[in-house]
Amino acid sequence: RDFNERCAQCSEVNWGLTDGGRFYCRSCHNVTERTREVVNTDFITNSRVQTISKGSRKQEKNDGGSEWYICEGFQLVLKKQVEALEALGVCPQMKDEILYNFWRCYLQKSKQAYCERPAGETVKALSVCESSTDVDSDPERPSLLHLLSLSESEGDLQTDCSFASSVSKVSESTSVYSGSVDGSLYLTKNQKDKLRMTMPMTLSFCYMALLWVREPITLSELLRYVVEGHIPYLNVFQHFPEKMKLCGLDLKIFCVESWPVYEEVFNKMHELAAFLDLPRFPDITESCFLHPDMLCMKYLMEANLPDELHNWTCRVVKKIGIGEVDFLTLVPGNKSTRKVKYDVLAVAVIVVVLKLLFLLDDHYEWLLSEHAEERNKNNTEGGPYFEFKKWYEVVKRSLDVEQKKLDEERAKYLWRCEKPLFYSVKNKSKVLKRRQMVVNLQNQFGKLSGSVQRAEKPNPSSFQLSWSEENTDGSCFHGHSLKGVLQEKRGLLTVMNPDYWLCTVKLCNEKLCGHLGHYKEVEFPQSYHFVLGLFSFLLRVQPSYIHDEVCMIEHKLFNKKLYKKLKYNTVLRK
Amino acid sequence: SSNEHKLNFKKSKEACLSYIQDALLQKQWKRAAEFLACYVEALEKDYSREPIGPSEMIWRIGTEILWHHSQSSMKEFNCFMEQMKTLGVKRYLKVCLEHVFHLLCNGQIDEAYQNLSLAESWRFGEQTAIQDKEMKLVQAYRGLLDYCSWSKQKNILLEQGEDGFSDLAVEQEMHGYFRKAAVNLKEIIKMPGVWDIFVKCYVDLLEFYGDHKEARQVLNEYAYNSKFPANPNAHVYLYQFLKRQREPKKSLISALKILHDIVPSHELMIDFNTMLQKSKKRKKRRLGLEVIFAALDYAGWKENAKAWSCLARQMKQIVTSEKHLDWIKQEWSSRKDWWPAFHFSRYLAKRNWQENENLSYEKALVAGILLGKGCKYFKYVSHQGCKAQLKRFRMLKKFVNKHNPVYLRISG
Repeated sequence: RDFNERCAQCSEVNWGLTDGGRFYCRSCHNVTERTREVVNTDFITNSRVQTISKGSRKQEKNDGGSEWYICEGFQLVLKKQVEALEALGVCPQMKDEILYNFWRCYLQKSKQAYCERPAGETVKALSVCESSTDVDSDPERPSLLHLLSLSESEGDLQTDCSFASSVSKVSESTSVYSGSVDGSLYLTKNQKDKLRMTMPMTLSFCYMALLWVREPITLSELLRYVVEGHIPYLNVFQHFPEKMKLCGLDLKIFCVESWPVYEEVFNKMHELAAFLDLPRFPDITESCFLHPDMLCMKYLMEANLPDELHNWTCRVVKKIGIGEVDFLTLVPGNKSTRKVKYDVLAVAVIVVVLKLLFLLDDHYEWLLSEHAEERNKNNTEGGPYFEFKKWYEVVKRSLDVEQKKLDEERAKYLWRCEKPLFYSVKNKSKVLKRRQMVVNLQNQFGKLSGSVQRAEKPNPSSFQLSWSEENTDGSCFHGHSLKGVLQEKRGLLTVMNPDYWLCTVKLCNEKLCGHLGHYKEVEFPQSYHFVLGLFSFLLRVQPSYIHDEVCMIEHKLFNKKLYKKLKYNTVLRK
Repeated sequence: SSNEHKLNFKKSKEACLSYIQDALLQKQWKRAAEFLACYVEALEKDYSREPIGPSEMIWRIGTEILWHHSQSSMKEFNCFMEQMKTLGVKRYLKVCLEHVFHLLCNGQIDEAYQNLSLAESWRFGEQTAIQDKEMKLVQAYRGLLDYCSWSKQKNILLEQGEDGFSDLAVEQEMHGYFRKAAVNLKEIIKMPGVWDIFVKCYVDLLEFYGDHKEARQVLNEYAYNSKFPANPNAHVYLYQFLKRQREPKKSLISALKILHDIVPSHELMIDFNTMLQKSKKRKKRRLGLEVIFAALDYAGWKENAKAWSCLARQMKQIVTSEKHLDWIKQEWSSRKDWWPAFHFSRYLAKRNWQENENLSYEKALVAGILLGKGCKYFKYVSHQGCKAQLKRFRMLKKFVNKHNPVYLRISG
């Protein structure tokens, strides 16, 4: 729902949510009487909520555990994640005012808490991780194998199945094998309308909160921090308290064995925002970090490109209207507008600008570079002219080194943690023995690795590549001038390049095939591939992802020309 | 959009393995160890669908690294092997055997013996029957070590015998080892396979105790039973045995004939040719010529003066007698296109003359007969030889000149 009223005090439209669920103006902190009640139902407590908040549980387990629900687990995960974000410098309000409210709203909407228990749903407190002889074996209940196969296959499904099969040989017909009370229900219920919670979705929550608060962290950065270990994700469950015993199906839910991908987290976030019926998000204006002008600046710096290119990116942004507040600000549930990927959009703009200036057809850019080199010889005053060739060599060298490091790191990831995971008490001892052997072997071979110790986690940094102007070897191109590739025409500086090639003449239907354009390395120039590869590395997304965005921008930019009848297929004259 | 590029556990470990593989190929043991340390957690996942699981990978890779790494000790190695034995019951005996091999390579015979005995006493339900072949190997190798002990005792006894002593205890021990060894060795060589070392040792035992009949039987089986893979060594062993038994030339020749068929370049071909040349039977002499020509087809024989002298002697004899020139013609017809460049080039003439006078002499004789007095090899060597005033080269020149027409008939 849109809450677009202007504030009574300061006339801004910039709302946040207080703890009590009221809207408050962030510019002047005026608290309104309007509450979320208008938007959703009252908080009706029920026994489940009482159970959670008052902590009165059945202490029936003899292994020291107690009842716990899956959503409690996720709540803990979110707590850890947001605390980590705070440690990174995110504003503290995000935790209590934003993220927790989102979470509570989610719990209510998905009827896991703060609502009436839906009729017909009984949560049997069934036996947990013990031998199943005393449980009603209901033949209609799905078997363990079936449950495992239902959930999204995050890890190696067949391996888990074989673990399970060794377990289910003992008890084929019992179903509930989880430390949590509702683990099996969580996996079986048809969750289409209720948006079941998953580990990647925790990151969607984080990103959503970050976006609401307009923190200067892009989604690609967030995901990179996760992989670098600054934000808990893998093995977060080891921080669960002792009494929350994790086993059986809980593992399927909480133990991930893959890193989440940008598209996944991004799409889920939008689904979530719509599901929660959130109003229009706070405006993304020109002074915002997420505005393309700002992000372009950042990425230009990181890509070691001349600052002067920023003028060009701003011009493109303005021309196609992607700097407008209404384009950039998220309105959940609005299906007609394209969802904005701020970081991908910014790098795509840069790619388009590079194509405008240098054409990037594996031919022209090198010619221009030679031309600039010639002019540089006679260039005595001011900064040197930018030479594509030199830039390419410098950046490629660094990129290769970093890529190699990254590839090695990915091969060396340690996925497991100290906390043992077992599907049932029966294979606990086997699991523990294995773990012990793994630790022994790690120690033995770790010692033989020589002086190479596992490096400490690098400090989180917004920039992965950095170039210093102080370097006298000329490896920093920020201050270089574009005059070498521009020409004067009627008193204005324009590009020398008269041509442009479109990545795709016709945009595909994203909903049908998932892409706007189709990127195959062999079908495009090497220079273009290099540039895509550079930003693909920085953002940790696939080149095709950026390529799609480039297609979109190009079609906006050359909109008029495309509607005219084209004589040539792919080459346009500006 | 597809999640194929998603990095997950499986892909990460696959990448890790390829880094390990690269490091191993480049003998970078430290780097291999570094990546292996990251790989081992794959043990905590079940890979029962894959053909080779992590436990086998870790065993094989870890063995290589620990064996070659400069800072790794035998103690560490043994400790690692013990761990590997517990990892996969289906591989238990294989791991034991490999461990024993490494111990033997390191000279730790006693430890190897202990491990073999331990392995022999292992029982594990139906696995024992499934790993029956490995068990036989374990027993065979124990038998082999028993043979080594027997051999040691035998040598002690012989030394003592020379000094006039005779120690009953030593003798008893020796007989004890013999019994243990014989039982196991006999078992393994019943199975089709390549058991060279077991056969050799067993035959040695049998010969010492005078059981020649059994020895002959064993060797015949090993050489002629079609169930056994074709093995040149089997025939070599048989030949050597028959020679020791002073068998008539006929049986020696038949043993070597098969060897010639399988491995015409075998070093025993010289002995074979020598025997055949001396034979009264024409067929045998003919075969001898064939044998020596065939051996010299191989690059490894090019500089073997003895082989050339055999050929030279036989050819000289044929040419002098003027009988059976057609034999030479037959052998030469398939070789005249390539032997000149292969054996008789001017470059080789120079080199042979410099390095080995005998070799050049014999070759020059053969070249002169086959290619005539005008051939570069003969001309160069004989010229050099005459310059050096060596009598035999003068004789050689005369001989070839005298018999030059023969060349024309051969080459025709």
